[in-house]
Amino acid sequence: MNAVLALSAVLFAIGTLGVLVRRNAIIMFLCIELQLNAVNLALVAFSRAHGIDGQIFVFFVMTVAAAEAAVGLAIIIAIFRHYETVDVGSFNLLKW
Amino acid sequence: MASAVVLLAQGGQEVVEGSAAHASFDPLLPGLIVLLPLIGFLVNGALALSHAKKSADAVRVGEEYDPHTGSGGGRDLTHTLPSWIGPGVMLGAFILVLANFARMFGADLHDPVVLEYWTWMATGTLEVSVSLQLDPLSMIMMLVITGVGFLIHVFSVGYMKDDVGYPRYFAYLNLFVFFMLVLVMGANLPLLFVGWEGVGLCSYLLIGFWFGDREKSDAGKKAFIVNRIGDFGFLIAMFLLFTVFGTLDFVAINAGAEASLVYGGAMVTAITLFMLLGASGKSAQIPLYVWLPDAMAGPTPVSALIHAATMVTAGVYLVARTSVLFALSPVGSVTVAGIGAATALFAATIALVQTDIKKVLAYSTVSQLGYMFLGVGVGAYAAGVFHLMTHAFFKALLFLGSGAVIHSMHHAYHATHSHEDAQDMRNMGGLRRYMPWTALFMWIATLAIAGIWPFAGFFSKDEIIWYAGASAVGPFAPLYTVFWVVALAAAMLTAFYMTRMMVMTFHGANRTGEEERGHLHEAPLTMTVPLSILAFLSIFGGWINVPEKIRTSFLGGGGALPMSEWLHDWLDPVVHAAVVVREEALVAAGALAGQEHHYGFLEHAPVGGGELTWALISTLLAAAVVAGTFILGARWAIRPAKESAPLAGVKKLLYDKWYVDEFYDAVVVKPILGTSRFLWRWIDRGIDFVVGGVGGVTKGVGWVGSLVQTGSVNVYAFVLTAGVLVILWFTRF
Amino acid sequence: MTALLNAVAYDAWVLHALVWLPLVGMAWVLASSEEQAKHVAFRVSTALFVLSLGLWSAFEPGSAELQFASSTPWIDAWGIDYALGLDGLSLVLVLLTTFTMPLAILGSFRYIETKQKGFYALMLLLQTGVVGVFAASDLFLFYVFFELTLVPMYFIVGIWGGERRVYAAVKFFLYTAFGSLLMLVAILYLYVQTRGDLGYASFAFADLAQANLSLNEQLWLFSAFALAFAIKVPVFPLHTWLPDAHVQAPTPGSVVLAAVLLKMGTYGFVRFLLPFFPEAAQHPTVVTVMIVLGVIGIVYAAWVAAVQPDAKKLVAYTSVAHMGFVVVGVFALTVNGLQGAIMVMIAHGVSTGALFLLLGMLYERRHTREIADFGGLGRAAPWLATAFVITALASIGLPGTSGFPGEFLALLGLFETHPVLGVIAATGVIFAAYYMLPMVQRIFFNALDRDENREVEDLSGREIAVLAPLVAAMIVLGVFPNAVFERTEPTVRAVLERVEAAAPAPAVEIGMDTTDTDEEGGR
Repeated sequence: MNAVLALSAVLFAIGTLGVLVRRNAIIMFLCIELQLNAVNLALVAFSRAHGIDGQIFVFFVMTVAAAEAAVGLAIIIAIFRHYETVDVGSFNLLKW
Repeated sequence: MASAVVLLAQGGQEVVEGSAAHASFDPLLPGLIVLLPLIGFLVNGALALSHAKKSADAVRVGEEYDPHTGSGGGRDLTHTLPSWIGPGVMLGAFILVLANFARMFGADLHDPVVLEYWTWMATGTLEVSVSLQLDPLSMIMMLVITGVGFLIHVFSVGYMKDDVGYPRYFAYLNLFVFFMLVLVMGANLPLLFVGWEGVGLCSYLLIGFWFGDREKSDAGKKAFIVNRIGDFGFLIAMFLLFTVFGTLDFVAINAGAEASLVYGGAMVTAITLFMLLGASGKSAQIPLYVWLPDAMAGPTPVSALIHAATMVTAGVYLVARTSVLFALSPVGSVTVAGIGAATALFAATIALVQTDIKKVLAYSTVSQLGYMFLGVGVGAYAAGVFHLMTHAFFKALLFLGSGAVIHSMHHAYHATHSHEDAQDMRNMGGLRRYMPWTALFMWIATLAIAGIWPFAGFFSKDEIIWYAGASAVGPFAPLYTVFWVVALAAAMLTAFYMTRMMVMTFHGANRTGEEERGHLHEAPLTMTVPLSILAFLSIFGGWINVPEKIRTSFLGGGGALPMSEWLHDWLDPVVHAAVVVREEALVAAGALAGQEHHYGFLEHAPVGGGELTWALISTLLAAAVVAGTFILGARWAIRPAKESAPLAGVKKLLYDKWYVDEFYDAVVVKPILGTSRFLWRWIDRGIDFVVGGVGGVTKGVGWVGSLVQTGSVNVYAFVLTAGVLVILWFTRF
Repeated sequence: MTALLNAVAYDAWVLHALVWLPLVGMAWVLASSEEQAKHVAFRVSTALFVLSLGLWSAFEPGSAELQFASSTPWIDAWGIDYALGLDGLSLVLVLLTTFTMPLAILGSFRYIETKQKGFYALMLLLQTGVVGVFAASDLFLFYVFFELTLVPMYFIVGIWGGERRVYAAVKFFLYTAFGSLLMLVAILYLYVQTRGDLGYASFAFADLAQANLSLNEQLWLFSAFALAFAIKVPVFPLHTWLPDAHVQAPTPGSVVLAAVLLKMGTYGFVRFLLPFFPEAAQHPTVVTVMIVLGVIGIVYAAWVAAVQPDAKKLVAYTSVAHMGFVVVGVFALTVNGLQGAIMVMIAHGVSTGALFLLLGMLYERRHTREIADFGGLGRAAPWLATAFVITALASIGLPGTSGFPGEFLALLGLFETHPVLGVIAATGVIFAAYYMLPMVQRIFFNALDRDENREVEDLSGREIAVLAPLVAAMIVLGVFPNAVFERTEPTVRAVLERVEAAAPAPAVEIGMDTTDTDEEGGR
């Protein structure tokens, strides 16, 4: 149990670090997925102790993640088509 | 609207029953009297609009529309019809007025006949209906308005025939008569006010009739705005009356005045003073007289009708109509008299040196209106109305005569394409050889206005002067004595400037110019016939109100001449109450103790001498001035306008009208304009600045906040993570 | 006529039709082609006007009760009803609206050249909002309509306006929204209070008027309501949005703004301020402040108007002056004053609406609003000049035209209670001539010395059709104003009885400092 949670924490930290330091939108995106899956792992682990709820949550998160992946990748592709780069440092679109 | 028209024509509902003893006066179609000029206005107005369309089309292609060639080849119908409709409706109205006048004889006139048509404004506390009032006073005014008005309409046919705006002219003129009739027939103050502002509107439109000329439309605007200052006073007077009486009907006010108002009280004084402000605006008295001389920019028949015979006398009418109020307020009355006397003298001094023939007549009108105010101010209401009537005759004649002269001069200059001033008397001289009839008629009017026996003006003006002296009793006796002297002096000035005008215009050598001389001509019949009728009235019009003392003396042919004191008796039902109030107050104050008096007026002038003596003195003095001026005038060396040297000294001061216009401009007009600009540039924009400031502060705060929004995903993610860590740190337990 | 109306059960459905048919018309406009849009809109609004004419004959003049009334629960839990009904005041304002709208639409045929469908759809949406405001007898419903009018007007100014249209539209929106949000808070407070007092939830006017409020509460609520309406009116010094909005708005926008939208503010004064907060409304400080602001509006706006180089801005300022007469008439708290105030609302709607239409026609011809660019048009376009002069005279209150009875009674009412302020306010009649006549002179009189002005065309048939009803209304209202007075009198009396029934405000014992009231009333 503790080992699983520790793994989950490590994975989440890696994901967070990845989002913070990498500038490639695809990598950042994958890191976000990593974070999500770290949380999933933790939820499954907890469900062993506390009942079925955690597993249901995991399914829910996976569905959302899939939807998010579709939308996110579409945005990245759109941005790439427009700017021919996926380096997030080179645009500040969120300002507007 | 249609139902109202039918109602008007049929005659409304009579609300005040006459007393049972005498058959009360049964009016004949009184509504139609008012309606006829309105119909004339509507028809002429429609014609004018269609006419204006054609002339506008001509303007667009850069031409001047000529009504004589017109579209159909022959004469344009929109141009010929008004010649019949304009005077036609006036004739109809005049005949109806005469018919009603005839019916009034023998009827009991003590109570006015009030006819109600429809409710105009009824709010619950205030009830104002559209009702006409027929009584001796309104009848006199109606006779003058429709009678003199008709003559002036006929004259206009000759005078304005060639003008492009001919139908529009008659539309305005008819509309004016309509409003003027509403003014004198309205049975309550708001309805009178409708006429009051309505005639002001027509005056505005007619002064600026040739609106393409900046100066003329300026003059119209000035007349309207100055009149509005007076109207403001009128409004306040109405409000005050309403707070006292709860109604604005003349009948109720006159009946309840003595009971509701304290003699000499602050309320009645305030009412009369505000009313005086209104009256002095309309009747061109100091301090609001400045618009009338400028009003001469309008066509000359307009000056005759509106700015001499009818509209400008509305103030006098108002005072006579509400005479009880003025009688209740000695301060109000003395102010009216004082303003009148001051205006009479002041305007006369300006008239002394004017060279524009219409300007002389304009200031003469202001001066004569001053006499009327003096008359109603001293309590001689009938005398004031009497002078109003005779003045309508001879001043209309003078204006129309001057119109004939200007018409002729204008033609002469037009024929030679000269740009000389057709109204400048320095360009005239010797015109009696070219227009003998006009000269004769104008001399009659001049003798009348100068107060020469037995012309109309003698009787009316002398009566006012006499009453001014005879009223020198009570607390304001010294003031009335001064007014009397002033009135006598102004009468002498009148005799001088009028004779001067006649000499400069009709006598001596002609100064029009060699070439132009051949084009001078007598006026056509449409113009001279009205003049002759007015001349007749200017001679004999005064004989209807001759006091017994004069009638039976040699001045009345020892009673052989057909004279009477008719007007005095006729107006008695209207002004009796006021005369009695004045007399009773004087008696109560003991002012009349031991003095011979007649209705509170002394039987002798302030320096002694009776009515007959002073009548004789004044007419002899006036005759001497006229004769002297005429004889001396023959030796004046007058040069045509373009060769004249500029004036200097007192003459210049008078010629420039004491610089009153300039004074008003500097003290009133400029400061108001300056303040207006200040308010706009600083206060209004200041408010905007403050409001904008509130928005600005909000924006500024937002801008500071927006600095955080770099738009970079990395930064956001970093801040997010940092925030989470901080929160976790604080919530670690 | 009456028989016919009874036969079709006119009373039962007419108000709903007047409120909602414009929306049907709006759908029709959107469904029609770009060229047809204006004709559709005109037809719809004319049909609505004809429909509304029945109100005049079906209305029972002597009664202060709501007529044509109906009420259906809308949001039951909060006691919100869909309730409509007319008394004398709302009757004349509804008729003013239905009368003005077709003329404004007809008057915009040439002015509006782009995105016509959208424009005419918004005009009809506006009509729904305005008629709803005047017909609603439920405060919540009123508020919904009140805010609804903002939206179309914002777009009308912002899309079809002049050069600085966005600035003007935003200014207009923020100013008015600011006021109405405060009012919303006050409405909710009033609602909660009423629910407590009555034991049931209701937004009906009649119920809200029964709320048991302390003077202090009344003063606060009064201030919030007054601010919202004062901005709308607008009362000095909250007027600065109006000149900008008017100048930038397209002709029909200005017409509707002046003729109808401003009246929502003064309507609110009479409908809510006096009956809901009678003690506050007759509090001496409040009365004095409101009247002084009204008088300042009359004189100040007249003076500022006189020096405007832009004709449209000049007329906009005259609106402020006219509304000043309404304010002093209302807060005179006399029958004459209130009757006069209502009449000024109507008269101002007709004459100022017509002035904006006329200025629009001039703009279409010369593409300028600068007074100095004109001159002598009386010769080139005599019909236009005639219409303009008559309208200008009605606007400055010449007796015999619509402007006079209202101004006269408003001033009379004011004079009865506040003589000195009445005298000052009456100088407005002088200054009215002082701003209006020079403009008339500089546009239509003087020399026709510019070739562009020589080319100016006279009125077309369509323009005559726009102006003739307005000019006729000016004369008819001036000659027979009593037709309006006898219908509004019961309402006025009911309002005043309500005010008089409330005990006169005690001198002290007020928690709220009176100086605060000053600022509230006059912000």
